[in-house]
Amino acid sequence: MEFFGLYNYWVFAVLLMIGLYTVMSKANLIKKLIGMSIFQSAVFLLYITMDKVEGGTAPILKPGVDGQIYSNPLPQVLILTAIVVGVATLALGLAIVVRISESYGTIEEDEVREIDRE
Amino acid sequence: MVVLFGLFLLTLLVITALGIVNADNLFAAVMLMGIFSLQMAAIFFVLDAADVALTEAAVGAGVATMLLLGALALTKDKEKRRRRRRWPAIVIVTVTTLMMIYATFDMPRLGDPQAPVHQHVAPWYLSETPKVIDIPNVVTAILASFRGYDTLGEVFVIFTAGVGVMFILANGSGNGRRTMVPSADSTGLRHHLVPRVVGRLLVPFIVLFGLYVQFHGEYGPGGGFQAGALISAGLILYALVEGEKEALRAIPLSVLVGMIAFGAFLFGAVGVVGMLFGGNFLDYSVLLSNPVAGQHLGIMLVELGVGITVTGVLLTIFHTIAARRKDH
Amino acid sequence: MMPIIAQLPILQVVVPLMAAPLVILLRGRNLAWFATMAASLFAFAISMNLANRVREAGPVSYEVGSWPAPYGIELYVDAFSALLLIVVSGASSFALLIARNSLKHEVPEDRQHLFYTAWLLALSGLTGILVAGDAFNIFVFMEISSLATYILIAGGKQRQALTAVFKYLILGTIGATFYLIGVGLIYMMTGTLNLADMAARLHNVADLKPILVAGGFITVGLAIKAAIFPLHTWLPNAYTYAPHAVTAFIAACSTKVSLYVLLRFDFFVFQDNLPGHVAQFTAFLMPLAVIAIVLASLIALVENDLKRLLAFSSVAQIGYILLGASLVSVTGLTAGISHMFNHALAKGALFFAVACLAAGGARLSVTGLSGAARQMPLTMAAFVAAGLSLIGIPGTAGFVSKWYLVRACLELGPWGALLIAPVLVGSLIAVLYVWRVIESAYFASANQSDKLTEAPRWMLAVLWSVVGLNVYFGLQPTLPLELAASAADTLLFPYD
Repeated sequence: MEFFGLYNYWVFAVLLMIGLYTVMSKANLIKKLIGMSIFQSAVFLLYITMDKVEGGTAPILKPGVDGQIYSNPLPQVLILTAIVVGVATLALGLAIVVRISESYGTIEEDEVREIDRE
Repeated sequence: MVVLFGLFLLTLLVITALGIVNADNLFAAVMLMGIFSLQMAAIFFVLDAADVALTEAAVGAGVATMLLLGALALTKDKEKRRRRRRWPAIVIVTVTTLMMIYATFDMPRLGDPQAPVHQHVAPWYLSETPKVIDIPNVVTAILASFRGYDTLGEVFVIFTAGVGVMFILANGSGNGRRTMVPSADSTGLRHHLVPRVVGRLLVPFIVLFGLYVQFHGEYGPGGGFQAGALISAGLILYALVEGEKEALRAIPLSVLVGMIAFGAFLFGAVGVVGMLFGGNFLDYSVLLSNPVAGQHLGIMLVELGVGITVTGVLLTIFHTIAARRKDH
Repeated sequence: MMPIIAQLPILQVVVPLMAAPLVILLRGRNLAWFATMAASLFAFAISMNLANRVREAGPVSYEVGSWPAPYGIELYVDAFSALLLIVVSGASSFALLIARNSLKHEVPEDRQHLFYTAWLLALSGLTGILVAGDAFNIFVFMEISSLATYILIAGGKQRQALTAVFKYLILGTIGATFYLIGVGLIYMMTGTLNLADMAARLHNVADLKPILVAGGFITVGLAIKAAIFPLHTWLPNAYTYAPHAVTAFIAACSTKVSLYVLLRFDFFVFQDNLPGHVAQFTAFLMPLAVIAIVLASLIALVENDLKRLLAFSSVAQIGYILLGASLVSVTGLTAGISHMFNHALAKGALFFAVACLAAGGARLSVTGLSGAARQMPLTMAAFVAAGLSLIGIPGTAGFVSKWYLVRACLELGPWGALLIAPVLVGSLIAVLYVWRVIESAYFASANQSDKLTEAPRWMLAVLWSVVGLNVYFGLQPTLPLELAASAADTLLFPYD
C-alpha cells in the first residue's frame, strides 16, 4: 500500500525531470515553453496529491450529512492560483517568441545566437 | 479500483510527456499537450480536487492550447531535428530527480488522514466555513475570502499577462489610439456551412454555461477563472466562425481593455471599501450589517471582478494574435 | 474608522497595485507618467512612514481580510522589510523621473501607457514580497513582479532585448517553480504557509529529509532570481538591453528582493530547525560569494559595452552582499544588508549616468566614449563620483558597507583575514574598470563624427541628486545602518 502512495510522488519527480530536460536541452523556443508547462504541471501534481484524504470527497460541504470526510481544500486553492500564473507566463513567453520569430526569422535558439554574434 | 485507475492515468501521463518531448512536429506536440492537460484534470478529479480539475481543463487544455496554436500560426510549426544529447542537462536533471525521490521516503503516505497537512489549518476551514461564510464550496470560501489576497494577486497576474501581450504584440499606429486592423481574410469560416451553423448554435450555450459556472461557484466547482475561460472560449468561437471584423464590432477592443481594468479594479475596490467601513483590507464581514451576508456579497463581487478581467484578457490576447499578420 | 497608520502595510502594496488598472486607461501625452509618478511617490512616503514606525515600535503585523493568521494571510514588516521598501520605492521614483526623458527614444508613444502600467505592477509585486508574511503570498507577488519586469525589459529598443527577456523568463520561471516546490514540501510536513507558524511547527517534525530537500529547492530557486553565481547568466543581457530607466530600477532592487526572501527563509524558518544549517549555509554560499566577487569583477574589466560592464559589476556586488550574509554574524549581516541599500545608490547613479550619456548621443561603450567628457562634463563627473561610491572610497555610501564587511571578516579571526583578500581584490579591480571608462572619456581624443550634447537639465538634476545621496549616506549612514543592524538582529535571533 505504501508503494501506491509513493507512486504519485515518483511520477511527479519523473515529470519534473522530463520538463526540466526539455527546457534545458531543446533549442526550439516553443518547445522550451512547452517543457516549462510540463515542469509546472508536475508541481501541481505534487500539491494535489497532498490533499487527498482516504475515504474523502471533494470539499463541498453537504448539509445534513454527518461524519462525511472531506479532502483538504487548501492545496487546491494554491494550485488554482498556480495554474493561472503558469498560463500567464506562457502567454507572455509566446508573445516574445512571436516577436523573436519576426525579428530573427527563426525560433531555434542556436540560430538566434549565431545571428546575434554577427 | 479507483487506485488502479489513478495509477493507470499517472503512467499515461508520463508516456504522453515523453511523446511531447520527442515530437518534431510542433503541432503534434501542442495537441499532445492538450491531452496531457486533460489527463491531469482527470487525475485531479480522482484526487478529489474538483475545482482544480475544472480549471486545469478550461485553462490548461483550453486556453494554453489556444495560445500555443496562435503562436504556431505566427511562427514555424516544425522543430529542427537534432542528433546530440545534452549531457550537462541530463546530469543536472537526474540529480534533481534523485533528490526528490530521496525526499519521498519520508513523505506522508497518500491519503493518510493523520498527515500534517490535514491537521492544522484544513479542519479549521472545514468547520468555520459554514459558520462565518456559509457557502458549501470550501475551496471558493478560501479562495475568495480567507486567502482572498492571493486571489487578488492572481487577478493581477492575468492583468499583467494582458498588458504584456498588448505591449509586446500590438501593431501600434502612431496617432496614439491603437487600432487593430483585421487581416484581409477575416471573414472567418463563413464559407463553411457546418462549422458556421453548429458554431452559431453552440456559442449561446457556452456563454450561458460560463455564466452558470461564474455564479454557481459557491455551491459547486466553479468561480471566476473557469467562467472567464469558458465565456471567452465561446466568444472566440464566435470570432472564428463569423470573422474578426464582426467580432470586433460586437465587442470592440476598447471595451475589452475597459473590462480588463474594471475587473481588477473592482476586486481591489471591494477590499478598499472594507477598509473604509472599519475592517482590514478585503474584510467582507463589514460590508453589510449581517457579516455572513457581507461575506456573500464580497465573494460574489470579487468573483465577478475575476471573471470580467479573465474574459477581457483572453479575448484581447486572441484578437492581438489574430490581428498580427504573418508577414508583418 | 481604522486609523490609517494601521493600514500602512497593505496600503504599501494596494496604492501602486490599484493605480495600474487606472493607468492602462490613460492616453494623454504625459498622463500615464504623472499617474505612475504619483503612485510611486505615495508608495515612497508610505515606506518612510513604515520605517519610522518600525524603528519606534518594532515589527508591524497585519491580517488581511481580518482573518487571524495562519488561517488568513498575514503581512509582516520589520526593519529588514522597511529598509528594502525604502530602496524599492525610492529607486522606482528616481528611475521614473529619468524615464520621462529617456523613454522617448526607446518605447513608442502609443504604448507608453502599457509600459507604465507594467512599471506599477513591478513596483507592487516587489513591495508585495517585502511585506508578506506568508510563503505562498510571496510566490504570487514574486510572479507579478517577474512578469511585469519581463514586460519592462522587452521595451528595449534592440532586438537582443527579446532574446534577453526570453532567457530571463525561462530561468526566472524555473526559479519560481523551484521555490514553489520547496514551499510545497515544507507545507507537506508542517501543514501551514505562514512563515512564523512554519518555524514554530518545524520544531515538531521528526522526519527532516523533505525539509532538507525543500531547503535545497528554495535556495536554488531564489539563487537563480538573485543572480548568485553561477546562476547569474540571465542578468548581463537583461540589464544591457533593457531601456535605461528600467535597468536602473531593476539593478537597484529586483535581485535584492530575492536575496531578502532567501535570507528570510534561511534565518526565520530553517535556522533553528535544521541541525548544522548554519554551517551548511556558510559552507555553501561563501565560496560562491567569493568567486562571484572576483570572477565577475574580472569579466567587467574586459567588457567593452558600458551597460554590460556595470551588469557584471552588479553580479560582483551581489557577491559582497552574500559574503556578509554567509558570515552569519551581526556585523556580517549588517554589512550585507546595508550594502543592499548602498549598492542601490551607487549602481542607480551609474545607470542614470548611462541614461544621460545616451540622451546626449554618446556611444555606450568604453571605446566609444572617447573624449565624451569634454562635451558632457557634468554627466561624466557624476559617473566618476558614483564610480567612487562603487569602489568604496571613504566619504561615499559604498565605503560604509565595505568597511563593515571587513570588520565582520576580521571578527572571524585568522580565517577572516584570508577573506578580506577577495573583498579588497574586488575593490581594486573595480578601480581598474572605472578607470578604464574615465580614461576613455577624459583622456582619449574625441570621435570627429559624434556630435554630443550635454544631457537635458532635468535628467542631470536627478542624476546629481542621487550622487548627492551617495555622499550624504557616506557621511551620515545612521538611518540605513540602524535599520540594517536591527534587521540583522531580528534575523539572527528571531525569537528574543
